[in-house]
Amino acid sequence: MADPGHAGGGGHSPLAQFEIHSLIPLQLGGIDVSYTNSALVMTVALLAATLFLTLGMRRHALVPGRWQSMAEMSYEFVANLLRDTVGHEGRAYFPFVFTLFMFVLLGNLLGLVPYSFTFTSHIVVTFTLAIMIFIGVTILGFVKHGLHFFSFFVPPGVSIVLWPLMIPIELISYLSRPISLSVRLFANMTAGHTMLKVFAGFVVSLGVIGGWLPLAFVIALTGLELLIAVLQAYVFTILTCFYIKDALHLH
Amino acid sequence: MNQGTEPAPPDDFDARLARARERRRERDAGAAGRSGRLAQSGFGLALRIGVELVAALAVGIGIGLLLDRWLGTTPWLMVLFFLLGGAAGIFNVIRVATGMGGTVGYRRAGKGAAKDNGKDRGPGAGGT
Repeated sequence: MADPGHAGGGGHSPLAQFEIHSLIPLQLGGIDVSYTNSALVMTVALLAATLFLTLGMRRHALVPGRWQSMAEMSYEFVANLLRDTVGHEGRAYFPFVFTLFMFVLLGNLLGLVPYSFTFTSHIVVTFTLAIMIFIGVTILGFVKHGLHFFSFFVPPGVSIVLWPLMIPIELISYLSRPISLSVRLFANMTAGHTMLKVFAGFVVSLGVIGGWLPLAFVIALTGLELLIAVLQAYVFTILTCFYIKDALHLH
Repeated sequence: MNQGTEPAPPDDFDARLARARERRRERDAGAAGRSGRLAQSGFGLALRIGVELVAALAVGIGIGLLLDRWLGTTPWLMVLFFLLGGAAGIFNVIRVATGMGGTVGYRRAGKGAAKDNGKDRGPGAGGT
């Protein structure tokens, strides 16, 4: 994040933070599957989520302590989200949605730690998540409704004359879901982190005399980034809930 | 509870718990759900709408280009799907702005609204 040595040195651009380095080079059948810094942060995120939840609930007291109530809050938050959008049938998908939420949230938040790496700022990562959700939800729709699923693309109350126009539009709209889902997360993360770096660069180049203003901006922007990190994880999760709802309740 | 009903504490507690849960659910639903509020707050909405518009357009152009390459009708299908993608993008934005979701098929928004009026509350009330 705020990494003045890099930004002020002149050699590094504000985009240097998004570079992927391989830590442990690995080849598997001619495919590069090296363990990269991105994968490292993902592992940290998984470990952090696991530790946060298991250690938080270790004592499972009736009156929760701070840690336990944080773990319970995150659980309740996603559970309420799922219940509000999908309803009671949504319970079956809670593990998936909760995992997704914790993964994206921790990815966003760990990215704000200085010298860390934001894996959600890579379209590859977010698009993989989004296409996984998209395919899963489509399969879910087919399993639940069979070929009736295609009625999804025919808006009712539209006369048959307009069907040739409406069906492609609805289809495009449906296919745009994984794109909008992944681009939203990726763009927000990339833009925010780039902006932080640029302002951090100003701090160094303006020096002791003029550097205070950009420094104040960096502090304010870090707060904003925290908000966006949580909000984007939330938006990602609630859209997943909406998609599950659509697949379950076609009508 | 009152002190007179000491002999049956477990039932009493369960009943109280059930009632408290019910009350809380009603309260949450009455407040339009926490999720609904945050999703429709200006900031959350602003983050969503722009991307919706562009994504549908990009998908439309992509489909058009692929079909063109396949059928050799450059550039006509691209133009057609550009327009369809733009329309889909506008639909997406309307859906986000009016209803809750990025739901496909605005029949969902219409039906959901109708259901909202018919029942006490929509899908949020729990149960559907």
